[in-house]
Amino acid sequence: MDFELMINSFPKLLSAAVITLKLLSVSLVIGLFIGLFFAILRLNKNIFINKFAYGYSYIFRGTPLLVQIFIIYFGLGQIEYLRSTVLWVILKEPYWCAIIAFALNTGAYTSEILRSAFQTIKPGIIEAGQSLGISSKIIFYKIQIPIAIRQSLPAYGNEIILMMKGTSLASTVTIMDLTGVAKYIISTTFKPIEVFIVAGGIYLFMTFIIHNVIKFLEKKYSFN
Amino acid sequence: MELLAFGDTGWGDELFYATLMTIAVSITAMIIGFSFAAIFTPLKLSKNKLLNLIANSYTTVIRGVPELLVIYLFFFGGTGAVMFVASIFGYNEYIEINAFITGAFAIGIISGAYSTEVFRGAVMSIDKGQFEAAKVLGLSKFVQFYKIILPQVLRLAIPNLSNVWQITLKDTSLISVTGLVEIMRQSYIAAGSTRDPLFFYSFAAVLYLLLTFVSMKLINRLEVKYSRGY
Repeated sequence: MDFELMINSFPKLLSAAVITLKLLSVSLVIGLFIGLFFAILRLNKNIFINKFAYGYSYIFRGTPLLVQIFIIYFGLGQIEYLRSTVLWVILKEPYWCAIIAFALNTGAYTSEILRSAFQTIKPGIIEAGQSLGISSKIIFYKIQIPIAIRQSLPAYGNEIILMMKGTSLASTVTIMDLTGVAKYIISTTFKPIEVFIVAGGIYLFMTFIIHNVIKFLEKKYSFN
Repeated sequence: MELLAFGDTGWGDELFYATLMTIAVSITAMIIGFSFAAIFTPLKLSKNKLLNLIANSYTTVIRGVPELLVIYLFFFGGTGAVMFVASIFGYNEYIEINAFITGAFAIGIISGAYSTEVFRGAVMSIDKGQFEAAKVLGLSKFVQFYKIILPQVLRLAIPNLSNVWQITLKDTSLISVTGLVEIMRQSYIAAGSTRDPLFFYSFAAVLYLLLTFVSMKLINRLEVKYSRGY
């Protein structure tokens, strides 16, 4: 055990963890909107809209995240037309490519979580709103969405942790996040176990925090 | 389309073999994962606190740390560990471990953590009366487990194990970083030499979709088979 290496690499890995957290939080926020949008489309009675939303979530849940990042980072740059548009400012940055891939990926899973949450809302609750004379728009925003969010908290907590692990793939497109820096230190020092313990410890600590925050929120917003 | 031709002119046969490789790694990893689950599920259900702690740290660490980091640990650490063990037995030459074994083992350990959780949940949801009835009938421990408990556990576990299979299948794409030529690595090579990454990565995505689709169909059949009588 090389304890000196562990102590020396700790600050480097910790500052890389900040990048991991940035990637995670930005993609989660965007992914939540994407997920909500597609969950609403899934509830639509129009079969084409419905199938479109289902296809989106099927494709993004059925393929590895690595493929999605590579298509966006290496693949989209190949289209000449895209290079001449404003979008290229974003797509030439590996950081934004990773975020787009993460957001689309977590959006697909979030849409499934929210959809099943919407479907488990008891019809009686909506009927109660209607009989009070509340407009359907307000029923949706003030009754259905809050209940769906509460219902989906446990599953969404898992999704946040899975996504945090997913951000490690950013290291494959040259971003020096926690895994990227860990890999760099391993490949220069050839001490994989020491670096794994420190980097893995930081990841576990973040998992622990996320887990407890979600638990706290679950308790706070529980029905009884 | 000519990019996908079989033979020397296209990448069809290479991608076909790469797909077989992905399937082989996934199945091997899944089997390794089941072996881990077979060890750690009893530990999780045991009344001994120490055994519980061991099993819980395994599942917590593996499920809380990115797959890629675990793969790097095995990729860079595997050779060292094997050489250390070999040196105890007096063998000091350089040993290179096959990328297939390293990769399947790394993914297997990850898959095992998820399988352990699935089996634990399935065993716990079996009615206590089943264990008692088996005991009362005077069946041997072996028969109790294989004929009474295991079939029920499998029935409850298969839907969740199909999720574990999907996760495992997708995780094998990460082994490409170690150089094992599976779908992802082959697409990377093809994309590099034809300068057409969009086509090859999209095709890789299609291959993965096909694999998940077909395996879901097969697992559904298994599910029907194991839930007959319910």
